[in-house]
Amino acid sequence: MPFWLELIINILFAYLASVGFALTINVPHRVLNLAGVSGIVSWIIYWLAMRASMGRLISNLLGSFAIGILAIVFARRKKCPASVFYIPAIVPLVPGVPAYQAVRELTAGNINGASDSALRVIIVTGSIALGMLLSNMFVEIFFRAKKFYKEKKNSYNN
Amino acid sequence: MSSKQDSSFYHDLLDTCLTVGELMIEGGSEMYRVEDTMVRIAKTAGEPDPRVFIVPTGIFMSLDRGNYCQSILVHERNINLELVDRINSLSRDFAANKITLPQVKEQVYKIANGDFPVFPLWIQVIGAAVLSATLMVMFIENYDWLDFPAAAVVGAIGFVSAYYFKRFTKVKYLAELVAAMIMTTVAVGIVHLFPAMIIDNILTGALMPLVPGLALTNALRDLFKGDLLSGMVKICEALLTAFALGGGVGIILKFLGA
Repeated sequence: MPFWLELIINILFAYLASVGFALTINVPHRVLNLAGVSGIVSWIIYWLAMRASMGRLISNLLGSFAIGILAIVFARRKKCPASVFYIPAIVPLVPGVPAYQAVRELTAGNINGASDSALRVIIVTGSIALGMLLSNMFVEIFFRAKKFYKEKKNSYNN
Repeated sequence: MSSKQDSSFYHDLLDTCLTVGELMIEGGSEMYRVEDTMVRIAKTAGEPDPRVFIVPTGIFMSLDRGNYCQSILVHERNINLELVDRINSLSRDFAANKITLPQVKEQVYKIANGDFPVFPLWIQVIGAAVLSATLMVMFIENYDWLDFPAAAVVGAIGFVSAYYFKRFTKVKYLAELVAAMIMTTVAVGIVHLFPAMIIDNILTGALMPLVPGLALTNALRDLFKGDLLSGMVKICEALLTAFALGGGVGIILKFLGA
């Protein structure tokens, strides 16, 4: 399959998946489309990073970092909490499948497979949470710097 | 308004703040946001030093140096972002002095009685089906188009059965267990009819609307923010859900031997 076709499929499916999840958790109707757009951004960044063989930890961190910043930007524009955007968008990244696999391997009696999956859950969850925290920090620093320079400029003008 | 108030004012304020907190936790908001909203409403109404203690299963709040103190229990914790958005815009309007406290109270009770738009069930089921099918293709690297419709059908069936069993029983996690068993039975039947399909791929996609990955991520964010108690509670909840889902699938696969 050529690269452009894969890219189109991934963009389309990321949008559909995020909007589908947004429907099941009852997001406000006016932000349905933007939730899908933020889903595209997080998944495409993760997918490209995985294709560039950056490893699972870095890819998840980059994806959730981007989505953290985008969610705050959208939230300021639409005047609603940021979680409205990042919860549907983060759904393709979260490790629900390895969590289920870990329990299934346990019920099948395969301890090694279970511990592998459980470790993967811990790594992916940790990197997603870390990415969101980093993005929160960056946005805070950005606004603080903006405010600081504004005040400085005003004091020069006076 | 900052001088001494009569007791009905404090009772109204306490009721409003506690209902707001309960609704926000039921809607799946973060703990620090719940605390922030409650304190902000109380301060805007004229109480100089409101005190709040929040855990995911209950809220305590005291006003007027502890002369008025109440608690409320929270039984349900779902994700319902319309609820969070409504409460958020309400508290924003109140902080900007666009509406008064009696109006806020009236609106909050309206929302608590279910007066907000919800997507009808069939749209939610279509959403779950689309989510299952698309995520299955995205996760399985080699673009498995054969299992695409099967994952959609099984995901929709699982979502519907979880939805109805949650109303039917009061035991938590039983709904997930039963939904996982029904889904696995249907998936085994489909694979018997069309042997070229792969049952692991179908189940991987179809379980996506129910798996607790999101709860786990939110729990870890709470932990990193310093909300240790609510983080541990949410991790516990996510683990129990994962055990219910994996157990349901494991039991059926053991008996039907697929």
